[in-house]
This record gives sequence, structure tokens and C-alpha cells, in this order.
Amino acid sequence: MFLFLLLENWIPFAPEQGSSVAETVDWLYVFLVSLTIFFGVAISLTIFYFAMRYRRRSDDEYPDSIEGSHKLEALWIGIPFAIVMVIFWWGASVYFTVFRQPTDPLDIYVVGKQWMWKFQHPDGQREINELHVPLGRRIKLTMGTEDVIHSLFVPAFRVKADVVPGKLTSIWWEPIKTGKYELYCAEYCGTKHSGMIGYVIVQEPAEYQAWLSGGAGGGSLASNGEKLFSQLACNSCHKTDQSGRGPALEGRFGKSEALQAGGTVTIDENYVRESIVNPRAKIVAGYDPVMPTFQGLVSEEQLLQLIAYIKSLGDKKPGELPGGTATPTTAQPSAAKPAPEQPKPSTPTPAVPNKK
Amino acid sequence: MIEATEAKLKQVEPRTHYLNANYGIKSWLLTIDHKRIALLYLASITVFFFLGGAFALMIRLELLTPKGDIMTPDAYNKMFTMHGIVMIFFFLIPAIPAVLGNFLLPLMLGAKDLAFPKINLLSWYVYNLGAIFTLYAIIAGGVDTGWTFYTPLSVNSTSQVTPMAVGIFINGFSSILTGLNFIVTIHTMRAPGLTWFRLPLFVWAHYATSLIQILGTPVLAVTIVLLGIERIFGVGIFNASLGGDPVLFQHLFWFYSHPAVYIMILPAMGVISELIAAFSRKKIFGYSFVAFSSLAIAVYGFLVWGHHMFVSSQSVFAGMVFSFLSYFVAIPSAVKVFNWTATLFKGSISWDTPMLYAFGFIGLFIIGGMTGLYLAALGLDVHVHDTYFVVAHFHYIMVGGAVMAYLGGMHYWWPKITGRMYPEGWAKLSALLVFIGFNLTFFPQFLLGYQGMPRRYHEYADHFQVLNVMSTAGASILGVGYVLPMIYFIWSMRYGPIAKANPWPGSGLEWQTSSPPPTENFEETPTVTWDAYEFTKDNSRRYDVVKQGS
Ligand code: HEM
Ligand SMILES: [Cu+2]
Repeated sequence: MFLFLLLENWIPFAPEQGSSVAETVDWLYVFLVSLTIFFGVAISLTIFYFAMRYRRRSDDEYPDSIEGSHKLEALWIGIPFAIVMVIFWWGASVYFTVFRQPTDPLDIYVVGKQWMWKFQHPDGQREINELHVPLGRRIKLTMGTEDVIHSLFVPAFRVKADVVPGKLTSIWWEPIKTGKYELYCAEYCGTKHSGMIGYVIVQEPAEYQAWLSGGAGGGSLASNGEKLFSQLACNSCHKTDQSGRGPALEGRFGKSEALQAGGTVTIDENYVRESIVNPRAKIVAGYDPVMPTFQGLVSEEQLLQLIAYIKSLGDKKPGELPGGTATPTTAQPSAAKPAPEQPKPSTPTPAVPNKK
Repeated sequence: MIEATEAKLKQVEPRTHYLNANYGIKSWLLTIDHKRIALLYLASITVFFFLGGAFALMIRLELLTPKGDIMTPDAYNKMFTMHGIVMIFFFLIPAIPAVLGNFLLPLMLGAKDLAFPKINLLSWYVYNLGAIFTLYAIIAGGVDTGWTFYTPLSVNSTSQVTPMAVGIFINGFSSILTGLNFIVTIHTMRAPGLTWFRLPLFVWAHYATSLIQILGTPVLAVTIVLLGIERIFGVGIFNASLGGDPVLFQHLFWFYSHPAVYIMILPAMGVISELIAAFSRKKIFGYSFVAFSSLAIAVYGFLVWGHHMFVSSQSVFAGMVFSFLSYFVAIPSAVKVFNWTATLFKGSISWDTPMLYAFGFIGLFIIGGMTGLYLAALGLDVHVHDTYFVVAHFHYIMVGGAVMAYLGGMHYWWPKITGRMYPEGWAKLSALLVFIGFNLTFFPQFLLGYQGMPRRYHEYADHFQVLNVMSTAGASILGVGYVLPMIYFIWSMRYGPIAKANPWPGSGLEWQTSSPPPTENFEETPTVTWDAYEFTKDNSRRYDVVKQGS
């Protein structure tokens, strides 16, 4: 109990324990620190003792030589080996807690960009360098980058993950108390790397709800994705009634699919992302490689909106009318209708992308 | 018999040796004597050490306060990039092999020179050619990518990445040539009777290092060429939007650069083995375990590169494998520490400066090595990766370890190299300053790292300041500790007391010739009938009795 208190507030120079895994990580740290102190002190004292005890008294001293001892060698190879295997096992198990995907998390989408963090909440609120999250939910970030590699790091939560061009990475934590926590970019990303910082603000759920409604933006992520889906004319092939040239997307997310080239793939964020920017990489069995690439036509943020939309279709059956989860805007927007709340895309978005 | 010896003594007095055998700039720049080449390297490397040191002091000065008040973010980024590049590629990697290794290997083997003396000279020129490109890159505006050159940042950067890459590419060949030369020399040029298991551990360490140099450095060369192609032609090897993979660069980079950290530390371990043996007058406990541990480190060193990439989006499975293998590297390092400690048992231990450096090395190496265990522990590395914790870890190993060993070795062999003793009092003072300054500089960085201060930050949150101030204060003490030897070494070349052939005494063949050695190293090829580190009154005085009698 005392030790527990010690850990809670007393590890010198440790950041606050703001997430459910923080304490787990700290225990491993405390174990390693103790080990270091033990071996460091033991060896240093031994050396110091020998160096004093056997200090050279006269210049003519020539001690007898000692060859070595296989028994001792075996001992000091064996014991450290056992110890490091414990560390390995412990480190790996902590890692699994840190990285095992949570069930039913609050999904938040992140885009890193020199030099800011852009967050999008499922209901469409956007923030830059500040992230509000409710207490009592597991928070999952799905992260992409517009330019170079960044790394999202919240010391209080003991989590960090690189954000790598060309794919989506993710990270999650469960906040255990309200507060304002520092957020850093940990992968050197150019001139203002040290300015790419921000805060995570953990609020009581009610407060968070209030914050959400205060800053509500235009439509949920999924509904924005839906608008994009028709603007980009994705729906001309991915028809809900299966009559299009591409597969219907309802009820697919999270499932595994057979591939044309053999093998299977799980339809997850990264697969959806890849299918949009590089559609020919993995073709689902039964379809032709006819989809054009949208590389350069959709920004990283728009990709995330499309993914959020397709994800929201995951619970539906083919044939059901698609619609956003939070704001049910069921009317099918026409392909030409501009979506006013869209962030400015980096390239003008044509209604029908050019075929390559 | 006695008359003959006396006649010989008269004849060699004043003696010719490799330093005064001939004079003039040309006799140095065209020399193929490994000892002179070692001194040429010493000069080049010292320049880079102090250049890298100047960058380091600028970094620490900037970090004295949380705000970026003495330089712009760009300037700061260039500072730490060039500090890293200069220190790693132009100081740490060549330091011990090219200076001490070059000077000592043939002497320790009882050989006249290295196997390929001209290639040896060539490798010094290659080093300097690389250095010219690097200096050009620095003067032309510098590089801001970090010494790791991660893509896509390094592909997009408008700074002098290309000339810098050319410099490092060329420099790599110097490393390969030296490694090749050492391996062939160790295989073919050992004196009669000098079997593999009579070799000093310094030689074993250099053998293992050379293996890494010739196997690993080409990968660096390939990586740099790919980076160049990517910058100039943009073919998309590392560009995701063209179907490439930005993380591929990290794999290639660490496949060389992880073994490269062992290029820096293995020779240092070799030096420490020599120092511990000589200043406790004992054979290294478990000699063959220590010898094989060098080879084990060299081999395992190639299998663990992925531990730099636990949070890089590498798969969980790969993370597990790399973590697991990393722990195997820890064992041979631990073996060395235990064996050095055991060597002291019932020894005759002197507290001369080189031994102080050796003690310092062991202390710092324990901390540096044990914190490696933290970083290899997956779940914990997620938190401390890319923070100051990592910065502290590798400085404990590379600066606390490699530089301590380098300085210890310089003091130990200084009488052999120059024929003069250094001033013991000043040397002890500098060893103390280095030790205190070092710990004050880098220990706080472990704490900063666990608190969460990311590395490569130009500005930082206010609550990190106290530890940063300590670190900067330490750096200035460390700086004094490094400048002192430079001053008294130069002083001693003129005014130091004349050194005996074997002043400590040491047991290796390098001590069985005069100080400084003649150009051809030995007057006659020695025949070895004793094991490494056989310290007996007779052996240690072998040369003194026969040749010098001083
Ligand atoms: C011979 C001793 C060692 C040397 C020379 C050495 C050197 C280094 C260097 C230079 C780096 C940092 C590179 C950079 O990011 O710029 C590093 C990082 C690392 N070292 Fe060591 N190290 C040694 C011992 C160990 C041991 C024994 C282990 C593991 C058991 C270890 C594990 C690590 C890990 C996992 C990292 C990456 C940490 C991160 O980036 O999060 N090291 N080491
Ligand atoms: Cu960044």
C-alpha cells in the first residue's frame, strides 16, 4: 500500500499518471531502476573495494595470475540472462496492453502537418493543437500525415506512435482523471518541430458534451465523408444495391475479404486508405481493377472523412439507405453540390476524377 | 656479451626513431609508416572533435533557457545535426581504430607495418576528402535533418544534404579500407609464436570491429546513394505517394547504424581490457570469454536494428523479435564488466591516470548499458523513445564509454607514441573533471526524458528548465576536462620527462621496443613464448634489461 502511494505521487521526475496504462509502465520502470541501482552499486563498490584492498604497495609487486573460472562465467552469463528474459517478457506484456486495440473506443481522427496537429471529432468538431476528450471512454486516435513523419506523444499517458506518410497509424488510451496534459511531436520533423505541441484536455463527460455542442462544426465526420463520397462520384460504382462495378460497402468494414490474387485482407482503416490512393494493390475477388486512384485528389483529412463514412456503413446491410451516424442526413446529396464546411482541399476536387 | 650490449647502447644514442627518421611536410604527407599515419589521423580527428564540441556547447547554451533566445530554430536544428554527424562519422567511428589501432596493431603483433601500408595512407586521404565535403556542407549553410537523415524530411530538405551525404559516403570507404587492412594484418602478420589466444584483447576487439566495418559500411553507402537518387530524381523509393516506403529508409539506416554503435564501443572495450590488465598486473579474468564476447557483440549487432523503430509503425511481431534479440547483445557486454571486475581481485592495482579512466569507463558503461535494457523493453520504450532518455543512454555509452576509453588509451600509450611522459597531476585533475562534468551533463537527461522532454527540441516547457541548467553547467565542466589534456599533451611533447621503453610496465609487444619505436618497429622480429598479460618481473623488464638499462 505504501509502495502504491509512493508510485502514485512519488516517483521523482515522472510525469503525472493520466492513463490506465501509465502505472503499468511506471512499475516496469521502477523495477529497472532498482535493478540498475542494485547492480551499479554492487559492481562499483566491488571495484572500489578491490582497488583499495589490492592497491599497489611497491613497484615490484607482481601478483599471481588467475586464469578464470568456467563456473563463475556460467553463473554470470546465466543470471543476467534470466534477468533480461524477465525484462523482455515484462516489457512485451506492457506493450500488448498499450497496443491492443480497445473495443468500442471513441474514434478521433488526427492529421499531422508541419507544424500542427489537426483533430476531428466524430461529430465533426475540429481542433488544432488541442484535443478535448471525455473521462471514462477509451480514446482511439487514427492518424495520418500530410508531409513528413511525426510522432504523437503524451507523456502523462505513456503513449506514443509515429505518424507515417502513406499509411494510418493508431494509438489509444483511457484517461483516468480530468486535467490538461502536454502533447508533443516526438519525431523530428523540421524547423518548428519543438513548436508542434499542444494539450489534451480530459473533461467530465457532461462538460465534454457541452464543449461538443458549443463548438459544433458542419456535420459529422461520417456525413462529411458521405458528401465527399458522392462529390467524388464514388457512389457511381459503389452502389448500395450491388449493381455497380465496385462492391457495395455496407456491412463490410471490419470483415475479412478474399482477394483476387489469393489470400484475404481485413477491411480496416489502412485497407480503405490504400484502396482509395492505390486501388490496384489489393483487389477483392470477383471485381475488375477498374477503380482510378484518388492520390492527390483527396487530402489526408478528406481520406479520414471517407474512412469514417465507410466505417459507419460497416453496421449496415447492403440495400439499406446510407446515412451518417450522428446527424442522419439521409438525403443523397447530388454530385455537384458543394459541401460548404469542407476544409479547402489542396487540389480542386473534380466531380469525376480523371482515369489514369 | 656485455660489451656488445654496451656498444649497441652507445650506437643508438641519440637514437633515430619514427618521429625523427626524416623531416619535412612531404615526409609526413607521403609516409606509409602506420605510426605516422596514426598521428595524421590524430590531427584530423582532434580538429573534428573540437568542432563537434563547439556545436555541442552551442546546443547546451541554447537550452539553458526554455525560449529560443540565442539562435533561430533553423540554426538550432543545424547545430544538433552537425554535432551528430561530425561526432559520429568523423570522430567516434574512426577515433580508436584509426589512431590507437593504427599505431598499435602492428606493434602488438610484432609486425613491421600493416599488411597494406599504402592503402592505409590512402584511407587517411579518403577520410579527409570526405571531411572536405562535410566542411563544405557546413560552411555552405549546414544540414537540418538530424544525423539520422530520416525520409521524407531529408528528401524534401533544402539544406546541404547532398554534399553532406557525399562526405559521409566517401568517409565510409576510409572505414572499410581500415577494417580490411586490420583483418588481413591480424591474419597474416603475427610474429612467430603469437597464436590467436596469445593476442591482446585490444587486437580481438579490433578484429571484431573490422568485421562490422567491412560488412556494415557498404549498407550505409547504399542507403546514402538511394537517398541521393531520391533527392535528385525523385523516383519514389521512400515516397509513399509513388509507391515507396518512408520506413524502408529507417530499416536500411539502422541496419548499418546499429552495428556502427559497436564500431564505436568495441575498440573502447579493447582499450579498457589493456588498461585493466596493465594497471592491476593481471591477466584478464576469463580471457577467452572476453575475446569471444567481442565477436558475439559484432554478430548480434547486426540482428537488432529494429529496436530503434518500436513506434515507427513496425509490426508488433517484428517489435517482439527485435526486443528479444536485443537482450542477447546485453549479455556479452555484461560478461566484460564482470570479468574486468574479477581481474582486479588480488591484483596489484595502481591509480595512475589511465586506470582512473578505466574505472570511470566501467561506471558510466554500467549506467549506459543498463539503460539499454529499459529501451529494449517494448512497453517502456514507447514512453521514452525519442526523448532525452535516449539521448542520455547513448551519450553514456558513446561519450562516457568510448571517449573515456580513448582518453585512457591516449594517456597509457602516450609515452610510446611520443617518448615523453605527460604530467600526472594535471592528468588526474582532467580525468576527475571529465567524470564529474560528464555525469552532471547527462544524468539529468535521463530524468528529463522520463518526464517526457522530447529530443531535438529548440524550445521546451518551463518545468524542464532546472535539469537543463544542470546539464549545461555540466557541459562546461566537461569542456574544460577535454581541453586540459589537449594543452598538457602538447606541452609534454617538448617538456615532458623522457619515457622509458616500458614505463608502466605493460606486457604487450608494443612495450618490447623503444619509445618512440624505430620506423621498422622492432630491431629484430620478436618471438613470442608467453601468453597475453603475463606480468612477471622479468617479462615486464624484458626490453629494459637488454636494450636500454635506463
Ligand atoms: C555497447 C553498448 C551500446 C552502444 C554503443 C549503444 C549505442 C546506442 C546509440 C548510439 C543509440 C541511439 C541512436 C540514436 O537514436 O541516435 C542507442 C539507442 C538504443 N539502444 Fe543502445 N547502446 C549500447 C547498449 C545497448 C544495450 C545493451 C541495449 C539493449 C539491451 C541497447 C538498446 C538500445 C535501444 C533499444 C535503443 C533505441 C532507443 C530508442 O530510440 O527508443 N543499447 N544505443
Ligand atoms: Cu512533428
